[in-house]
Amino acid sequence: MPSENNNDKGKGKISRRDILKGFSTVPVLGVFAYDYWKKKALEKAKNKALQLNLGLKDESPKVLTGNSVGKSVVRIGIIGTGNRGTSLLQGAGFYESNAYKELYKRAKNNDVSAKNRIETYQNQEILNIQVIGICDIFDLHAERGLKIASRGMQPDGEPADVKGVKRYLRYQDLLANPEIDAVIISTPDFHHAQMTIDAVKAGKHVYCEKGMTMTQEELFEVYDTVKKSGIVFQLGHQYSKSETIKKAREIVGKNILGKVTLIESTTNRNSKYGAWIRHLDGNGNPKPGSLDTIDWEQWLGNTPRVPFSIERYYGWARWFAYDTGLAGQLFSHEIDAVNQIMGYGIPKTVTSSGGIYFHKEGRDMPDTFNSVLEFADKEFSMLYTASLANSRYRGRVFMGHDASMEQDAKIKIIANGDSTQYKNKIKNGLINPSIPFYNYPESNINVDGITSATEKYYAQRGLINTNVGGMNIDLTHLHLKEWIDVIRDGGTTGCNIEKAFDDTVSVLMVHKSYVEDRKVEWDPVKRKII
Amino acid sequence: MIENKLVKKMNYSRTQIIILMLLRLVLGYHFLFEGVDKLFSQSWSSYSFLMQANWLFSDLFQSLADSQTLLAIIDFMNIWGQILIGLGLLLGLFSRWAAFSGALLLLLYYVAIPPFVEGIFFIDKNLVELFAFLIIMLFPTSHIFGIDYLINNFWSKKNA
Repeated sequence: MPSENNNDKGKGKISRRDILKGFSTVPVLGVFAYDYWKKKALEKAKNKALQLNLGLKDESPKVLTGNSVGKSVVRIGIIGTGNRGTSLLQGAGFYESNAYKELYKRAKNNDVSAKNRIETYQNQEILNIQVIGICDIFDLHAERGLKIASRGMQPDGEPADVKGVKRYLRYQDLLANPEIDAVIISTPDFHHAQMTIDAVKAGKHVYCEKGMTMTQEELFEVYDTVKKSGIVFQLGHQYSKSETIKKAREIVGKNILGKVTLIESTTNRNSKYGAWIRHLDGNGNPKPGSLDTIDWEQWLGNTPRVPFSIERYYGWARWFAYDTGLAGQLFSHEIDAVNQIMGYGIPKTVTSSGGIYFHKEGRDMPDTFNSVLEFADKEFSMLYTASLANSRYRGRVFMGHDASMEQDAKIKIIANGDSTQYKNKIKNGLINPSIPFYNYPESNINVDGITSATEKYYAQRGLINTNVGGMNIDLTHLHLKEWIDVIRDGGTTGCNIEKAFDDTVSVLMVHKSYVEDRKVEWDPVKRKII
Repeated sequence: MIENKLVKKMNYSRTQIIILMLLRLVLGYHFLFEGVDKLFSQSWSSYSFLMQANWLFSDLFQSLADSQTLLAIIDFMNIWGQILIGLGLLLGLFSRWAAFSGALLLLLYYVAIPPFVEGIFFIDKNLVELFAFLIIMLFPTSHIFGIDYLINNFWSKKNA
């Protein structure tokens, strides 16, 4: 072998040839260093180039300012303490204590989702409010509401201690209590308008759940009543409090996407619950509730008299007598998001279509639904499509000449290959049009064994957020908090009556077009859907 | 020395030497790159990798990740392990030990998150690279081209 020959020849002395052989691979280190330096330099240049040109603020999610202790107590009445009402109470800082204990136990046993939920709840600010009036026409829900309002767990881990919380059988009586400053309305949609009008006339501030009105006439009445009064109104479009909405608004404002001419927005679900078939429990038995415990007459309100139906009670959204269908239930969140980001207001025309193609158990609400909103004067279209028979995730996409933005709990921007703005950057390799050039929140975790394959895996599972510095906070809490803050200190709410009006007109147009099977138009002069 | 016995039996052709050398160099290059990249990337931590462990020893891996001290040690050993293994192979310095350590490290990565738990295929990049390391360990070239050549022929002789 060469080594032996060499050794014999050199008689123990190291020759130049030996040195060459020994260090023969050292130059590879030089290649390595150059390679690594080049990679780093390119990364740095890319980051710098993008940051400079995007000019986005390096903001992390806003942390709450502190709590409202020491300020005056705001006394609240809640009308409707079903599912949504319970979530609203939670957002207000009153967590059903048994549910909290259960969650706490699970968190102690290292259940990650329970831990996150507890943490999210603890991040809430103490709003210094008291819920002193409960109104629900179902005994079970009313009793649950009473318990939560008087002894519910607060974000600081202490149970509330509110004495004398009262149940009202009729909401008019709750409104007549002068001690109540403000009301939360979380009943089925068809009650919202009348309750809001009555509450405003009684001088109460109103937080009304979404699906504000069923008709134009109601909408104008609510609008006029709120405008004439001095009360603080907030529509339950809590999505506006999302950090990514704010970031997306900044992105659009800085023209990073170029001219946006098309927005695609979707909601897909594929479960009975998601399709509002909600009257059965997990074992297929009817959920609680009967004529003995539910005031059916009051529930029906002004709608046609029908015999008591547990199916209608839990799944009312399926019938147009009680709701504006997918328009009010799901599209309303989409138009809210688009309006928050683009600031476009009311569309010029709307065409909706769809049908009941899958869920044939009896309903008015279509399970397949498409709507085209034309903002002709603003030169842009919004396409909304929904399925209740397939849950494929399609997200919400803003398509501009220079880039597309996907916005949900995160933001992803992908440059368009034919972009004008990014033409040179794409040519220089600074931007690759097949991968996002901007992500928010930015992930600071490089998951790695030896290669980066696992990073993708981690991101796909949506676990990234657990390690990001910012706090998780319930959007409903932030939305309620804003309402309370404005009641106390003045100002305007994010979803005030003007904003609520615009969103609701869009919702009503989308619904009307489907029901009347025609294109509908907004007349901005007469302020009327025609 | 066992090492020398094994080495003496090897009679590589010129092509075999070139290919084995290249394999040694690319493996070393890869490990050095990954190690150095982690060293200079401040946010890197083995935390999320360990937390994802999903097979037999997942509890052990996750408990390691839970301890700040242990995690710091693991991060340190991972980064410097990869750098030293990479350098060892590139320079041909103790390269059989380096290859052995590399194989061991890859075995740990493989066992922590084996591909068959989430999928059906049991081969992934880690496993393939692991066998490449074993080849470098059993078919060494550093005694021909590398610092090991100098050590074998001069340093060890002096001490004999």
